[in-house]
Amino acid sequence: MSLIRRMARGIGALARPAVAEQDTADEVEHFLQEAAAEHRARGLSDQEAMRAARLELGSPIGAREQVRRFGWENAVEAFFTDLRYAARRLRADPGFTAIAVLTLAVGIGGATAIFSAVDHVLIRPLPYPHAGRIVAVWDIRQDGAQLDITFGTARELAARARSLEHLAVMRPWQPTLLGAAEPERLEGQRVGADYFEVLGVLPTIGREFERADDAADAARVAVISDGLWRRRYGADRGVIGRSITLDGLPYLLLGVMPRGFENVVAPGTEVWTPLGYDMSQSGAWGHHLRLLARVRPGADLEEVRRELETIARQPAADFPRVAWAALDNGLIVRRLQDELTGSVRPALLAMLGAVGLVLAIACVNVAGLLLARGARRRGELAVRSALGAGHERLVRQLLTESLFLSVLGGAAGVAVAVLAVRALVALSPAGLPRAHAITVDGPALLFAFVVSTAVALAIGLLPAFAATRGDLRHAVGRGPAPPRHGAGRDALVVAQVMLALVLLVGSGLLFRSVRRLLAVDAGFESPGLLTMQIQTSGPRLEDDSTRLRFFAAALDEVRRVPGVTAAALTSQVPLSGDDDRYGLHPVPELEADPGESGGGTYRYAVTPGYLQTMGIPLLRGRWLGSSDDAGAPRVAVISASLARRRFPGLDPIGHQVRVGPADSPPYTIVGVVGDVKQFSLALNEGEAVYLPVSQWHFLDRVLSVVVRAEGEPGRLVPAVRGAVWSVDPDQAVVRAAAMDDLVAASAEDRRFALRLLAVFALAALVLVGVGIFGTLSGRVAERTREIGVRAALGASRKAIVALVLRRGLALTGLGVALGVLTSVAATRAITSLLYGVSRLDPVTYLGVAALLGAVALVAAGVPAWRAARVDPALPLRAE
Amino acid sequence: MLGSSRPPPELLVDQPSTDVVQGTLDMLILKSVSLQSMHGWGIARRIEQISRGVFRINPGSLLTALKRLERAGWLDADWRETENGRRAKYYTVTRAGRKQLAMETADWSRRVSAIARLLEAEG
Repeated sequence: MSLIRRMARGIGALARPAVAEQDTADEVEHFLQEAAAEHRARGLSDQEAMRAARLELGSPIGAREQVRRFGWENAVEAFFTDLRYAARRLRADPGFTAIAVLTLAVGIGGATAIFSAVDHVLIRPLPYPHAGRIVAVWDIRQDGAQLDITFGTARELAARARSLEHLAVMRPWQPTLLGAAEPERLEGQRVGADYFEVLGVLPTIGREFERADDAADAARVAVISDGLWRRRYGADRGVIGRSITLDGLPYLLLGVMPRGFENVVAPGTEVWTPLGYDMSQSGAWGHHLRLLARVRPGADLEEVRRELETIARQPAADFPRVAWAALDNGLIVRRLQDELTGSVRPALLAMLGAVGLVLAIACVNVAGLLLARGARRRGELAVRSALGAGHERLVRQLLTESLFLSVLGGAAGVAVAVLAVRALVALSPAGLPRAHAITVDGPALLFAFVVSTAVALAIGLLPAFAATRGDLRHAVGRGPAPPRHGAGRDALVVAQVMLALVLLVGSGLLFRSVRRLLAVDAGFESPGLLTMQIQTSGPRLEDDSTRLRFFAAALDEVRRVPGVTAAALTSQVPLSGDDDRYGLHPVPELEADPGESGGGTYRYAVTPGYLQTMGIPLLRGRWLGSSDDAGAPRVAVISASLARRRFPGLDPIGHQVRVGPADSPPYTIVGVVGDVKQFSLALNEGEAVYLPVSQWHFLDRVLSVVVRAEGEPGRLVPAVRGAVWSVDPDQAVVRAAAMDDLVAASAEDRRFALRLLAVFALAALVLVGVGIFGTLSGRVAERTREIGVRAALGASRKAIVALVLRRGLALTGLGVALGVLTSVAATRAITSLLYGVSRLDPVTYLGVAALLGAVALVAAGVPAWRAARVDPALPLRAE
Repeated sequence: MLGSSRPPPELLVDQPSTDVVQGTLDMLILKSVSLQSMHGWGIARRIEQISRGVFRINPGSLLTALKRLERAGWLDADWRETENGRRAKYYTVTRAGRKQLAMETADWSRRVSAIARLLEAEG
């Protein structure tokens, strides 16, 4: 009640200040009148009585002021007065205000933008109920790398793991949807029956999968996304329970997922169907499934890890395992969120650190500006002090000014952040999960507000105390005070240079990493190469020989496209994300062979001419030829590193190898070619085997066409696609990409980080330059008189320039030294982003120091030049 | 209404005038107003009179205190005509104000007797 009353009265007084003021004035007046009346009663004249009353009661204005100070609304009023005053002062100095606000806007805006990204990607839970309980489980390869899970393992875990409530495997699926409209290739997933339960999101219309739907012989059923339902079926509820045609087969439509459903594991997925595996299938022990599970309520991640570890170590009789999925190395369990964000976490955190540095530099800059301004304003402050403003009141006034600045900066910063986030999303690498969801929303705005307030204190406190320190009375009427707090501003310059150096070192290291990475030889000639994936589907091409005829005819058509100089088919394309590896063993076994490395050997099923089209060099033996067809003896070409490691000291030509299962037929090695980067430019996994597509024991359903084009490869995309469709229009042609783009994409995460760091580094350089310039200019202006005296006493221009330059360079040197020390520690944070360059790389450190030195020289040079032009007669005139 | 026992101001100059004991001004005001509605001047005069001139309250402090008590809901205020035809703001104690006065009075008595006991023990 009392609080409400206090608020209400306060607001009343705020809303009608004149009324409240009059009220108090009337009451004070009444006091005077009564006192005067008493004096009159004792016989004094009107005038004397009034004078006596005033003498007795003191100044009515003083009394009114005292009453005015009471109540929270008066603090608010005082604040607004300060604010109005601050606004007036800042308007009076538009240059200073614009620079300060812009500087802060860059700092706060950048920080807010990166915070938005970090918040959405790393901090916020995935868009599922209790998302923290969703985990991913992986098998572990001999060498410790993670491996897709087998159906056999998943089945065992589903039966034995008590800490997991729901569990579902999945694999990608790209069916072609036929119907009234033209055929459409869909992104889809084959999933375990519990998939939607694992995520905790069920179809809004119709029903989810049940266990019975997941049996090998069950009727085909499907669930579709809301987007597909609206696009293809006009949001018609009647479509549920009807049949749709995928890959030429009928699927009963069971349900539609909710509108906002995000399938974070495979974004873009529009159709789901049960996996329908059982242990009798040959694929049951293939490492090709991903496993997601929902942890039982009450159990934590550690518990799950312990339990799965125990299960891995203790096979059960009911669940016999095979040698390659014996779980000897245990299992990897990871929160789904960590799994999705793991690869971008270091880059994002590095960005956050970088943007923090920029913000710090911006603050230091503005603090320096305020400090200089404070020194110029000592006269004004002294007058206010003489008029009765207390020390605390003056500090509050100055802090209000910096608050005003930082709020303006924050508001402009939010605008900067909105634009920056848009750019960020557009530039973000494919690996950045949920990038589209990044916006500047509530938490980001709160962040910007908190940062702005903190910035106000950070930039305001030191200057406010410095400006009001000491006895202000001496400053009355004297104009600018002598530079007594130069040390504070010098320290700010040093701090700024130090922060900038750390940021520049980080960017420099990353820049050199990306350069190194892009200089890595991928092993083939990527310029002029175009690739496209042909995904066959449907019962028409079910048969291997029909499919082979289709591929051969399509390849012929592609070769006929004008501008195509060579073309071939391959089961996987380097740096495209394809990752198809098999075990490879010499037959008979060799004593010298150290055995399979952990990762296996990349298997390429190719048509003759693939190696030549790609520009992979032949080192020994011969190419695969058109005579190496289905009826001919099986032949293989291997990579140089495979030859070196598995046939040490031997000529591999003529040796035989077995690829895949123990019962598969051997291939005779006829050639050795150069190594190719298959998975990533940063990894050395060059062991590869090339086999004729027609000699492999099954014919791949998906092959990529590789085209060497005259001129720009991108413009051939429609013609090549059309050539394939001229053979069979129902087959999907996807993933068209110039090889150069794939190579570039392989360095994309680092390049993304580099681009952002480059922007921050540039901002830091500019800010530091402005900071040094501002500080030295201020000092020169303050010391004009002294410099003039020096000049009058015979100091040469050179000596004066040296005086100012020495100062600037000494400060920069100190900042650089401190920055180097800090960088040595700070670069630890970005080690995982570096490639082929040490985080202590001397070239980077020296280069950055030189760059900062150059900026400092320019920034100090202008004030030095100005100092040299000071008129020696000036001090005489001024006195 | 107000007695004329008050000495003329000139005479007050050399007399020791004491500030109201910290924190007791509210109590004194509430006590004064608890008997009848009063305006600010009246309250000041009454406190001065009853304390025989020991406590003199300047208008700034008094009006601030009155504002505070009004905010707290212990006093109500309205503008009225005084007997001699001036307009003044009259303060009336509320029910909550009476309760507060009782509480503060009891508290004060307790303190005073405690201090008295201490001083006696010292002596």
